[in-house]
Amino acid sequence: MPETIKSGLELRDVQVRLGGRELLAVDLTIAPGEIVTLMGPSGSGKSSLLGHICGTLPDAFEVTGQVVLDGKNLDGLAPQDRHVGILFQDDLLFPHLSVGGNLAFALPSHIKGRTDRRARVEAALVSAGMDGFYDRDPATLSGGQRARVALMRVLLSEPCALLLDEPFSKLDSSLRSQIRAFVFDLCRKNSLPTLMVTHDPEDGAAAGGRVVELDG
Amino acid sequence: MLRFIPILTIVLMIGPVSAGLIGTILPAFGILPALGGTTPSLEPWLALVAQPGLGASIRLSLVNGLIATFVSVAIVMLFCAAWQGTRTFHTLQRILSPILSVPHATAAFGLAFLIAPSGWFVRVVAQFTGWDRPPDVAIIHDPWGIALIAGLVAKEIPFLFLMTLSALPQADTDRTAQVTASLGYGRIAGWFKATLPRIYPQIRLPVLAVLAYSTSVVDVAIILAPTTPAPLAVRILGWLSDPDLALRFMASSAAVLQLLIVIAAMATWIAGERLVAIIGAQWAVDGNRLKRDGAVRGVSAVMALVAAGTVVLGLVVLLVWSVAGFWAFPDLLPRGFSLRLWARELDAIGNSLTTTLLIGIPAVVIAVTLVLSCLENEVRTGKQAGRRAMFLIYLPLLVPQISFMFGLQVFFSLVGLERTLVSVVLGHLVFVAPYVFLSLSEPFRALDPRYGQTALCLGASPARVFWRVRLPLLTRAVLTAAAVGLAVTVGQYLPTLLIGAGRFATVTTEAVALASGGDRRMIGIYGLFQMVLPFAGFALALMIPAVLFRHRRGMGAQNKG
Repeated sequence: MPETIKSGLELRDVQVRLGGRELLAVDLTIAPGEIVTLMGPSGSGKSSLLGHICGTLPDAFEVTGQVVLDGKNLDGLAPQDRHVGILFQDDLLFPHLSVGGNLAFALPSHIKGRTDRRARVEAALVSAGMDGFYDRDPATLSGGQRARVALMRVLLSEPCALLLDEPFSKLDSSLRSQIRAFVFDLCRKNSLPTLMVTHDPEDGAAAGGRVVELDG
Repeated sequence: MLRFIPILTIVLMIGPVSAGLIGTILPAFGILPALGGTTPSLEPWLALVAQPGLGASIRLSLVNGLIATFVSVAIVMLFCAAWQGTRTFHTLQRILSPILSVPHATAAFGLAFLIAPSGWFVRVVAQFTGWDRPPDVAIIHDPWGIALIAGLVAKEIPFLFLMTLSALPQADTDRTAQVTASLGYGRIAGWFKATLPRIYPQIRLPVLAVLAYSTSVVDVAIILAPTTPAPLAVRILGWLSDPDLALRFMASSAAVLQLLIVIAAMATWIAGERLVAIIGAQWAVDGNRLKRDGAVRGVSAVMALVAAGTVVLGLVVLLVWSVAGFWAFPDLLPRGFSLRLWARELDAIGNSLTTTLLIGIPAVVIAVTLVLSCLENEVRTGKQAGRRAMFLIYLPLLVPQISFMFGLQVFFSLVGLERTLVSVVLGHLVFVAPYVFLSLSEPFRALDPRYGQTALCLGASPARVFWRVRLPLLTRAVLTAAAVGLAVTVGQYLPTLLIGAGRFATVTTEAVALASGGDRRMIGIYGLFQMVLPFAGFALALMIPAVLFRHRRGMGAQNKG
């Protein structure tokens, strides 16, 4: 993969409209390794913004402005060509694949050879403290384990930016701080520009970065 | 490529219906060059009107179709209202699902063997009354067509029930029931006032399909309906099969008349819907809670069980007859059993099963491919506009078969596809695809779109997302839809008979052909063999995902097919 300049994720005057009504307008730049929190009430178009950044927003929305990642304009690119990872509040592990299968699904095809690919997945499991889980059924994991697998899955796809859509809201409060630390730590370690939308102020505080408040 | 499949699918549905209707309407007004009809005339209509008992045939088709549909809908709605969310409900759900795979003709034969004057029911009564001869009354083929209604109701209840079942979650019915109960409403009143208005729009199309079917049915009517005169659709088939080719003109005008009857039935039904909506809107807010509904609940459960039980018992009596030796009245069981007839028929049955699959497998594969492509296209383009157009796919279910199958036969002979496998498969596809769509669209659209979004954002191409994520997640739904499709093609009588012009002997055409002969042992064998393929299909649809995903607990919840 060619080395590009890591200049982060830029949202240049992005406006999201639905049926003529403006849902949200943002203009911000997220540096590599920076975590920006977007706070706002539900219905304020936060999730739509994330959908627009990763390219899965339905046509019904009108969006103006530009999304630029590491100097490259993403507008018009297919979702699979954007290298933008996303985590939802549900882990969305594929129930028909094993834990290892889920991770291998994300691993790019330029990593070749059965043993190499397996080794990469095993290494990811080890770094999540889950060695030996390759053949496990995702349905048998605990909530915290599932969340960690979901994050490892995104990271294995070698994203250049990460989007978090209320990623902790379904976790038990006892788990939440632990998983938060795990996620934020890896975002910084991988120098990922990260945009998190949430309505939990604690998420923003824990991220320790800029917090942008949207009004409904 | 994918973009064009919805259009192709709609063309494949509407094309045969339109071609068939044109091919029926033209001869109805005297135009059928192949038989020397070149000038428009009203002759066919005059000949039709002169037919004895035409009024009675029309009345039988229209009134019995409406009654059968109303009774089926009423029983299903009452039962759902009374028992939704209870253990009784889930038990019946488990009984009714397999019954859906029983072809109409098999169910009708089973019913006939139960209620005929020498059937099981009368034999049981005879044990107490001491009759030594069957009573001399027409119970099947009764002049009122009550046996026909019973046969249709027994078979339509499972279909409507399962359609209702798939609509229920969208109205959040369990919590609605809790709310109405806590406001002091009886179960039935609460359901009719708060749930029915929300789910009826979703089952309306299947209900209208049932109405069109009941009003124009041929195979069940041959087995159970009155014969002097028979319902219109049966007489049309008689005229079409008559060696006197001149009768084709009159048959065509009768087929147009049949279409008008179905339209009249639908107009009546829709007017009834309006009336119920107006009265219901008042009734919903009048505060009447109808708390004491225990008796009605009991009755609804009994009716649903009787309907299901009749079909099951009918299968048992078919089985007994198929191996019966000498069986005198009023004995409950034959004196001896013999597999002689089975052994004799084995080759013939093998051949008709092969023919059935030869038509069925291509039809199902094409239908599933088309439907999956349409649904996948919907996801990829994210366009909802196509959805309304997809309603056109249901058109073949709303037009009576007999009204366009003859015309379609004429059309196929014009383009040189007369009596070929291709034309028969196309004729079946017209009915298979809508049912596959009906069965698959709901689970496909209900699949969490974020699975696909996540996979795309992980760098997978749309094709990979389809093959590696969406399709595996929907394994059970796809297989169930294929099994539904197979059951539909196996049960097709008219398309096979008319388009194939007698060249394709499937288990169903063979079974219905036996109806007039009255050889109960043979009917037993062929009736049961009609069931083998659909039943095997549904069994595989359950077993394959269970084996494939035996180590994936999450797939159980994922795949409610």
